[in-house]
Amino acid sequence: MATSQPARAQSAVATNTGLRRRFNWTPYLFILPHLIFFSAFLAYPFFYGIYISLFDFDFLRPEYRPFVGLKNYANLLFNRDSIQFSDFWHAVGNTGWFLIYSVPPLVILALLLAVLLNGKYPARNLFRGLYFAPYALSVTVAAVLWRWLFEQGGLIDTYWQRLGLQSVSWLGTQPWAWIAITLCTIWWTIGFNTVIFLAALQDIPDSLYEAAAIDGAGTFQQFSYITIPLLRPVLVFVSTITLIASANLFGQSYIMTGTQSRVIGTESIIQRIYDEGIAQNRMGSAAAMSIFLAAVLLILTTLNFRVFGRSEQQ
Amino acid sequence: MTTTSIERVSSGPAGIKLVARIALYLVLGLIGLFFLMPLLWMFSTAFKPFVETLQPTWIPQEPTLENFTNIFNDTSIPVLRWFLNSLGVAVAFTMLVVLLDSLAAYAYARMVFPGRDLLFGLLLATLVMPGIMFVVPNYITIARIGWLNTYQGVIAPGLSGVFGVFFLRQFFQSIPRELEEAAYIDGATVWTTFFRVSLPLARGAIATLAIITFLTSWNDFLWPLLILNDRNLQTLPVGLATIQGQYTFDYGKLMAGAVVTAAPVLILYIFLQRFIIQNVAMTGLKG
Repeated sequence: MATSQPARAQSAVATNTGLRRRFNWTPYLFILPHLIFFSAFLAYPFFYGIYISLFDFDFLRPEYRPFVGLKNYANLLFNRDSIQFSDFWHAVGNTGWFLIYSVPPLVILALLLAVLLNGKYPARNLFRGLYFAPYALSVTVAAVLWRWLFEQGGLIDTYWQRLGLQSVSWLGTQPWAWIAITLCTIWWTIGFNTVIFLAALQDIPDSLYEAAAIDGAGTFQQFSYITIPLLRPVLVFVSTITLIASANLFGQSYIMTGTQSRVIGTESIIQRIYDEGIAQNRMGSAAAMSIFLAAVLLILTTLNFRVFGRSEQQ
Repeated sequence: MTTTSIERVSSGPAGIKLVARIALYLVLGLIGLFFLMPLLWMFSTAFKPFVETLQPTWIPQEPTLENFTNIFNDTSIPVLRWFLNSLGVAVAFTMLVVLLDSLAAYAYARMVFPGRDLLFGLLLATLVMPGIMFVVPNYITIARIGWLNTYQGVIAPGLSGVFGVFFLRQFFQSIPRELEEAAYIDGATVWTTFFRVSLPLARGAIATLAIITFLTSWNDFLWPLLILNDRNLQTLPVGLATIQGQYTFDYGKLMAGAVVTAAPVLILYIFLQRFIIQNVAMTGLKG
């Protein structure tokens, strides 16, 4: 290992002042400010979260905080019919529905949008900028706006009735509530996936398409035999981050269906953890739920990369 | 501009190309409407008097600023205060992230010290961990040190993030060492070299990090919602979410609040659009 430049400079300073070369603290001073926050809010809570998940932990009652071992996890998995934990499993089911509604369009439509934008024509960047614009907004703005669009007597409801269709309680019944939340999510975030696909498409050399065209391949064949295989790593990446983002649904359902979320069946896992841990102060079981969700997400992510990332070589 | 483009196309080999291009613009335009119309509806509603808000007209018949003056004057919904809170939190957070992350990134990129690879590996490992794991324990930490309902309670946990460290480390590694060596030969210390040579060279990467960080902080919802209960301390996204229950059928005011929340980022976005999109694509692919 070569002595780094700063270290050499430091020792030069030290000899100049007549001191013996000693341990160089400078690198640690550089990383220390970030490391303090990293330790306090990422490293420590990793272990502390596991620790409190082993207790019946109510922040407001420090005098009563019994160690319960794995009971919070056991309740989660085997005590599904109790009121407290059936709500959690309902939230898991709800979030599952949202994954089914939101992930396929967020990946497939984003890819199609990217293909449309991947040409050399005037005003292309204007459209790209427009499609991406909602992503710059807060989830609150997106959700409040789409709640207003789907409200009874709102814009969508009005046009729906003008078509002669029967008025629907969009945000109060299924499957409409999920459709509304999904549309809001697509509007808000699809631009991000599109931009990532677009960047990957632009890396595919034109010569491949030209060669295929000479061999008589049509647009669709070019898409399925050149674009899709070459995009496979990016497809895996985008579908994974979309899966994670959708599993972390919070703001859209929290704002669009509000206090009715549980009744309508749109209460997400994060909403449940928020309610359990912060509103009801049952932080032990909320920590267990968080760790459970995190573990499932890690497993899904790994599987996604293993299965879809490698099938090319099989 | 459009006419010239069509002329250019029609001068191409066949008329088919022109038809194809018109079809393409039609499709792009229709999709564009899906993204544009909700925003237009937000602005339209915000400038309508109350009686007009339930009519599906796109252009307000009697445009008014009363929704804005109402939310700015109503002491129960201190929108101006929220705006300043959001601005203060986002600016302070961005400056701290840039300072902390550039210092750390420089050390991880350029210095050799015992424990470096282990520490950097630890930072790497947290990248794959879902954020929800840290919410409950961090909430308890913030409550313990008495930072609930404070700005530092909103800002501090986010400073632990490792994205900026990775992002800037890659950039620092790409700077030619000769530039720094020249500074050392001239007798500069590590600190002088960092602040006078390396940091100025990284200003493009730092601007990117600053913009992404500012947008993330301005739009953040879950964490400030947990930490800030005091109405006067809330940020715009949190405040907007809490008033929406109160004004269920007064969407004029709600949309005025949404416009106030959206306007700064939309303006930033319009000016920096190309820069933001390119960097999102770049960092997204790497992250």
